[in-house]
Amino acid sequence: MNINLTIFGQIIAFTFFVVFCMKYIWPPITGALVERKKKIAEGLDAADRAQRDLELAQEKAMSDMRKSKEEAAAIIEQANKRANQIVDEAKEKAREEAARLVTAAQAEIGQEANRAKEILRAEVAALVVAGAEKILEASVDANAHAQLVEKLAAEL
Amino acid sequence: MASEMTSSAYISHHLTNWTFGVHPEHGLGFAHTAEDAAAMGFWAIHVDTMLWSVGLGLFFIWMFRKVAKTVTSGVPGSAQNFVEVIIEFVEDNVSSIFHYKNALIAPLALTIFVWVFLMNTMDLVPVDWIPFLTQKIGEAFGADPHHVYMKVVPTTDINATLGMAIAVFGLILFYSIKMKGLGGFLGELAFQPLGKWMLPFNLFLEIVGLLAKPVSLALRLFGNMYAGEMIFILIALLPFWAQWLLSVPWAIFHILVITLQAFIFMVLTIVYLAMAHEEH
Repeated sequence: MNINLTIFGQIIAFTFFVVFCMKYIWPPITGALVERKKKIAEGLDAADRAQRDLELAQEKAMSDMRKSKEEAAAIIEQANKRANQIVDEAKEKAREEAARLVTAAQAEIGQEANRAKEILRAEVAALVVAGAEKILEASVDANAHAQLVEKLAAEL
Repeated sequence: MASEMTSSAYISHHLTNWTFGVHPEHGLGFAHTAEDAAAMGFWAIHVDTMLWSVGLGLFFIWMFRKVAKTVTSGVPGSAQNFVEVIIEFVEDNVSSIFHYKNALIAPLALTIFVWVFLMNTMDLVPVDWIPFLTQKIGEAFGADPHHVYMKVVPTTDINATLGMAIAVFGLILFYSIKMKGLGGFLGELAFQPLGKWMLPFNLFLEIVGLLAKPVSLALRLFGNMYAGEMIFILIALLPFWAQWLLSVPWAIFHILVITLQAFIFMVLTIVYLAMAHEEH
């Protein structure tokens, strides 16, 4: 409990520690704290920016997707239209072809019928002459009545 | 220890510093008894107080300097984390009390807080361990073990607390004069609180108030720690199987006291220095 020189020893030691602390301990550590604070602020800023960027990107992606969908729909519509057109064209061509075939067939039929008529006509003429010969029992001058027979045959 | 001595001898042995100084009869040397130490008067030094306080101060500086050298603003290690917690705590206190620009105050507060805390913490080392060890060492060097003194808690020595308080007082005077000028400072002492017609009364009141600052700083810390130490010593006089019943609760309570006293010393230093900066 004696007061003595220890007081001065303490004052000297205390002064030394305070000065050392002030020069070599406090500044670097608080400097680091301040720097970290800044870093954190920057990090938060960057995070905010990234969030905004993300939102923008999402918006853009959405609009892109919508546009693509529209494009796809348009392409599909066009394709459908084209397909219909092709089908229509094909139908048209088929119809024309059918008409042509029908016409050709009809022409052939007509020809055949004409030929058949010719043949028939010839045969009928012969038959008529033969029939008439039989009916008359007399020979008929084929040449003399040819004009008449032919007139008959033409009526067939 | 208690069994080898009478209770009063044990107590006084624990309360005597290891003193080195000039004895009026034996000359320069270590004091062998408490009476010797008292006879040395002012021209003596408490070796144990200096040893422990400087040792703990160096420990503080070493620990914080190690962190300061490798400090990073990135992810801190556990040591840096620990140091940062203390520094931020001190910085918060300083910035909430002290609103002037001064590069000294915060490091000063940090040094006071950690150093006083470390010195106070020595109180939690069981009271006999280190004195017993030093007695054994002293004996090995041929000294009488009953005359080997070792007080391990520097803050139970009034010299240690008064030394710090005087240093703080010096700073109070320095900043008072620096901020207000010598005239302003003396004017504050002379013309407050009651105006110039009550000058002697003002002077008396203000000087007492001024001197009360270092005295209360020193005595508060010293008184608390001395009383705490005293109770540990008294508990150590009990039979060994009963000591823990009292020493454990007291030590747990004392954890609060040592932290609180370090904190109070720091805060009052900041407050006094803030007052020194203020114009009244």
